[in-house]
Amino acid sequence: MTDITKEALSPPRSFLSQDAIQLFYRLLAVLLICAVLAVLNDSFLSLGNILNVLRQASLTFFIASGLTLVVLTAGLDLSVGANVALSACIAGTVIHTTGSPVLGILTGLACGGIVGLLNGVMVTALRIPSFIATYGMLWVLNGLTYWYMAGETLHGFPPGFRQIGSGYLFGLPIPVYLLLVFLGIGTLFAQRTIWGQEIYAIGANPVAARLSGIPVRRRLLLVYTVSGTMAGLASIIFLSRLNSAEADIGESLTLPAIAAVLIGGTSLFGGVGTVFGTFIGALILTLVLNGMNLLSVSANWQPLVTGIIVIIAVWLDMKTRRRAQ
Amino acid sequence: MNAHANAPGGTSAVPLLQLRGISKEFPGVKALDDVSFALYPGEVHMLLGENGAGKSSLMKVLCGAYKADSGEFFFKGEKVTITSTADAQKLGIAVIFQEFSLVPYLDIAQNIFLGREPKGRIPGTIDRRKILAEAKGLLDAIGFDIDPSVVVNTLGVAQQQMVEIAKAISQNARILVMDEPTAALSDRETELLFALIARLKADGVSIVYISHRMAEVFALGDRITVLRDGRRIDGVKPADVTPDQLVRMMVGRTVDMTYPRNFADKPGEVLLQVKNLTAPSGISDVNIEVRRGEIVGLCGLVGSGRTEVARAIFGADPIASGEIVFDGKPISGEPDVASRRGIALIPESRKSEGLALLRSVGDNLVVSALRKLFPSGLFDPRSGLRTADGLIRQLRIATPSARQTVGLLSGGNQQKVVIGKWLAAGAKLFIFDEPTRGIDVGAKSEIFALIDRLVAEGAAALMISSEQVEICHVCDRAYVMREGRVAGHLARNELTEENIVRLGMHHA
Repeated sequence: MTDITKEALSPPRSFLSQDAIQLFYRLLAVLLICAVLAVLNDSFLSLGNILNVLRQASLTFFIASGLTLVVLTAGLDLSVGANVALSACIAGTVIHTTGSPVLGILTGLACGGIVGLLNGVMVTALRIPSFIATYGMLWVLNGLTYWYMAGETLHGFPPGFRQIGSGYLFGLPIPVYLLLVFLGIGTLFAQRTIWGQEIYAIGANPVAARLSGIPVRRRLLLVYTVSGTMAGLASIIFLSRLNSAEADIGESLTLPAIAAVLIGGTSLFGGVGTVFGTFIGALILTLVLNGMNLLSVSANWQPLVTGIIVIIAVWLDMKTRRRAQ
Repeated sequence: MNAHANAPGGTSAVPLLQLRGISKEFPGVKALDDVSFALYPGEVHMLLGENGAGKSSLMKVLCGAYKADSGEFFFKGEKVTITSTADAQKLGIAVIFQEFSLVPYLDIAQNIFLGREPKGRIPGTIDRRKILAEAKGLLDAIGFDIDPSVVVNTLGVAQQQMVEIAKAISQNARILVMDEPTAALSDRETELLFALIARLKADGVSIVYISHRMAEVFALGDRITVLRDGRRIDGVKPADVTPDQLVRMMVGRTVDMTYPRNFADKPGEVLLQVKNLTAPSGISDVNIEVRRGEIVGLCGLVGSGRTEVARAIFGADPIASGEIVFDGKPISGEPDVASRRGIALIPESRKSEGLALLRSVGDNLVVSALRKLFPSGLFDPRSGLRTADGLIRQLRIATPSARQTVGLLSGGNQQKVVIGKWLAAGAKLFIFDEPTRGIDVGAKSEIFALIDRLVAEGAAALMISSEQVEICHVCDRAYVMREGRVAGHLARNELTEENIVRLGMHHA
């Protein structure tokens, strides 16, 4: 085939990038869900409920935003939930023993970050596939947490610390501010720094990225460390909001975080996706669950609905992507 | 030419297998052009040609992996069709590829009978005892003394090859196609293989033998067919030709294209010095020097270590010993170090190693220059696009915009994107690995003009190419590699296709 015919056969260009089209559809889905819920239930549009949705979404988002970076490099971090549990328990203990929330917060972030770094080392230095490395880490962390807590529950934290998770500032929950801050930071990092660009390049073709002079291993270490640190952040908010910590709090967190990333349009094959998409993904997930609660649908149906949404979202993405090529 | 006239023993012969007028075309390449080929019972027929001459294509047509566009097949004088590997297998044709097709975690007997295991008494089971006994018989028949229950991945290359041959024999193969079977063998193993070939010949098995080693062409061959550019050049007997004549048959071609090159009167300062470089990837004691303003060729057969040298210089593969000095200072480490120092690698397979196909032209063009363009670490998409647009104009990349997905461009334009990303990065030494592979003639000239301009502006280029014509027209001088070592150096006035082939062939 000659150059000319090949170029003529390529699909027409669109002024919107692939990412923009996908985000547009997702925002549309959010509006649609909101409209349906508003019609079906009067209390949906109440300020209290909307703030509640945002606060719920923020917890998923903190974990999922770091995970998004990992998935952009075609990796996966299955240890985020277990990391939240361990970090929360250690941070809680530090606050109890020292009485210093600041020290506790720093310990929680550090614990999350170190776990992430270890994941990164396994993936880069030992060349273990991320899926397996972080799956193993999930068990290790669970084991450590159960051993450390020995069935105990940490309870009761200083009021100042509890403000982080349950306090309000100018009428908005503090986690919502944190959500906006980290949404901004995450988006800037991915779109407007050279590290972000390199992460996309690594996900799109790791071999070409390395041969283009990108320090692939160092970037992967960074990405897994960020993912772990974000789990550490989530652990602090969790601790503060629940005012308690137990060994098993992380078990229900990993799969929803992965769901938010996928619903948000980030491809498990790497190189495609945005942090903002993950925010929308977390929002859609939370809205649907919130709607089901409001409509008194049994909570037993929630996993099924989540599963269907993930499958539909990924299927639609693959369809538009195939058409674009 | 009448094929019968060349039959061994003169009169006896109806060919076992005969191909007439085989053609096979791929988009943009005529891989086989009206090739005829006759194979007689019990002969070793050498197939000779440069890289890309059509040997592999002919082999694949023969074993049914490719379907010929036109041409006829005759088996023992009767017309047959070969359109699938099953057809070829029915005729008793088996191929021993360079990459073996054995299952590493199964034992020898299981590999030999894979998919054809004798059934055990209980349905669904395999008669293990029978399979081992039959395998032992086969291995004995080819003189390979080994326990058939040994797992294949514990075997060496030569032993795996023996298993492949046993497997072929077990399928009643009468025609064995071997693609450079001695490429990975030691001298002793080669002797054993030659003994086996003699034994197979005596049993009436015919062998098509692809080789790059002159010595074995003359030691083993009953007849020789030379291919060049997809055509059959001649069929000769070893007794009637000299190695020099064969080399001339392999290279003597005229190609219609222009090579823009303005040779400098005198080369600049030394930019790259490779001293006694040895690497686990299979190169030893390599010494190379490249000066500013020069295009230096790196030739040799595929597998002679050219790509491995390029990758070692760039830091893509580890090195065992030796030193690489770039721009006056030693260099070591990963590709990110080399690229920061100003070395660029334009790899052979641009799709899998050079580009992120799903990303845009613009993203690909700036990916190596991010640190240079945005020293603060903050990426500005608009400024990135401006840089990309500049490169698209400068290199005349045919793309609707910098936002176009790079995978949709033609091969030549994709190659320009790979080169462009190193222009953006400000590279001083460009290492090209087969820069014109899969690119049409027009784009080739453009790429050579570009390389010429680069070196005229003070950069330097090290160019790997299997196209000897290109090396001869474009390079200031060239190194020729053979079996992981530099076999020789050719100055501008010695740079001819014949010299390159002669140095690159295995005479030993």
